[in-house]
Amino acid sequence: MSEPIKKNPLSLQLNVEDFLPADENEKQSLVIMRESVGFWKDGMRRLRKNAVAMISLCIIVLVMIFSFIVPSFYPYSYEQQIRGAENLSPMTYSEKEQAAMAAGEKVFPHVLGTDGLGRDYAIRVMMGSRISLTVGLVASALILLIGSLYGSIAGFFGGWVDLMMMRIVDIIYTVPDILIIILLATVLKYPLGNLAMQPGFGWISVVGVNMISIFIVFALLYWVGMARIVRGQVMSLKENEYVTAARALGASNGRIIKKHILTNCIGTLIVTTTLQIPSAIFTESFLSFLGIGVAKPMPSLGSLAADAIKGMRSFPYQLFAPAIVISIIILSFNLFGDGLRDAFDPKLKN
Amino acid sequence: MGKYILKRIALAVLTLFLVCTLTFFLMNLVPGGPFMAEKAISAQAQAAMNEKYGLDKPLTEQYVNYMERLLHGDLGVSVKQRGRTVNQIIATKFPVSAKVGGISVLVALAVGIPLGSVAALKRGSWLDNLIMFFATCGIAVPSFVVCTLLMYFLSLQWGLLPTYGLSSWQNYIMPVMALAFYPTSYIARLMRSSMLDVLGQDYMRTARAKGLSQSKSLFKHALRNAILPVVTYLGPMLAYTLTGSFVVEKIFTIPGLGSEFIGSITGRDYPLIMGTTIFLAMLIIVMNVIVDIAYKVIDPRIKLK
Repeated sequence: MSEPIKKNPLSLQLNVEDFLPADENEKQSLVIMRESVGFWKDGMRRLRKNAVAMISLCIIVLVMIFSFIVPSFYPYSYEQQIRGAENLSPMTYSEKEQAAMAAGEKVFPHVLGTDGLGRDYAIRVMMGSRISLTVGLVASALILLIGSLYGSIAGFFGGWVDLMMMRIVDIIYTVPDILIIILLATVLKYPLGNLAMQPGFGWISVVGVNMISIFIVFALLYWVGMARIVRGQVMSLKENEYVTAARALGASNGRIIKKHILTNCIGTLIVTTTLQIPSAIFTESFLSFLGIGVAKPMPSLGSLAADAIKGMRSFPYQLFAPAIVISIIILSFNLFGDGLRDAFDPKLKN
Repeated sequence: MGKYILKRIALAVLTLFLVCTLTFFLMNLVPGGPFMAEKAISAQAQAAMNEKYGLDKPLTEQYVNYMERLLHGDLGVSVKQRGRTVNQIIATKFPVSAKVGGISVLVALAVGIPLGSVAALKRGSWLDNLIMFFATCGIAVPSFVVCTLLMYFLSLQWGLLPTYGLSSWQNYIMPVMALAFYPTSYIARLMRSSMLDVLGQDYMRTARAKGLSQSKSLFKHALRNAILPVVTYLGPMLAYTLTGSFVVEKIFTIPGLGSEFIGSITGRDYPLIMGTTIFLAMLIIVMNVIVDIAYKVIDPRIKLK
């Protein structure tokens, strides 16, 4: 076995070595090293690697704990006025409270002081962020629902249906939204007020009629951006072979939209919805700042800031607290949304 | 080109008509009227006032009357500001808002475009991170927060700038900063992502390969292509900034169109609501057409149809 036998290129003789059983080393290469990863797992893995997005998520969770859970066992309530404790600076006590403390009672500190009516400011800021978060989440859910449906119908059917539906979108784009919000808030005041009198609808007056109209306005107006994005996606997705295949198998239009097209643009949907949350919070705070947001005494971050402007010279921390909280909320939702986009929908980057 | 502009104008007129109609009926759907809030007015006086301004007529008649006058360019008489026409109000208030807004747009462009381009060129460096951090903050912080913080530190704490009015050039600094903050950040972000996109294109490599200098390839090839998304954004941005932001005008007590608009809605000054809405809608539409034409000028590959 010194020299390999030179094989005639035309010979049909088989190479014996090709038929030897595989040794251990060769077997190793066939072992699946990593589990196959699906869409979600892959995206989650990428998201977890993104430090900025994870920190933002932690901040969002923290803010949610503070605004939804902490107020329920906080010693003060957002509407409780403490006599003699008006406009306290952070971590100070009124004379009465100092007397109580001297007598051995425990008094919970006013972490952020109190406002001009003697209400604990920390709880008001927490309740304010609760309102802001609720608006952001509910509004985005509404926008997602309406926008994706509208956009997918327009994109899927195309032609004159698309043309008509998109002209409506254009008109909604052109009417100033503040006008519609203020008008609707006034239009809805009486019917909603009457509804609040009915048993089971008492919560309406707690949240405030304006708040409900803000939701309705979001549902009516703000879905247009979402609809445009979804329409663009659907228009390209519907040309795919699997849609033709589904149609050939006899699937109805509704089924194709629901099962095939919307599931394929889910990345875009998640990302757009997440980025919608901060913009909804933005709008709500702006409206509350104008004084057409939530009903008093319920605070919102915008109305807290608006109230604090009058006393800006003497009590600047009353302005800083809501201003910083709202900026942090919007910032972390934006950064988290960016992270989601990079993880789930890298194509959308531009 | 001419055909395209004609088509756009026809579409604009249609959109404007629909916006008018929608606003008119929505506005009148609201229970109450301009004279309801003033308690001192007796029922007879109210009726007289309604008659004077033609508010007692059936809605369809009012609508036809209004549209007829609108076609002659007459926006009607303000119900709340006695003796002043809506045309006069817009003519006096718009220049104020437009001046502050115009400066802000220039500032936003002059700062945002270079910042975004630098961030893209130095991608991944500390400079990029720093610029993007500020740009993200700029998008996240609501304008009333920016306004109040500026006012607190620059005027109340350090006493550098006057707090209200527009009497000297120093008065412009804070409103312009507050107004330009958001668009600057937005433009910087847009510019960065489109610049990154362009820098990866083949024609950039070709430009460098055929011996163009770094600066020439950047200004001639990259910037011109990367600026398109900014131009798109510029249209609506210009319209909204020029007509004035209510928050900025309220906080810095600027007598502009933005505060007039919100005031007209809460005060139910019907003709003024209609007038300002139509004005704003028209501005948006015109700006969008201009942007489309500017597109064609910047990028000759684009076909307008």
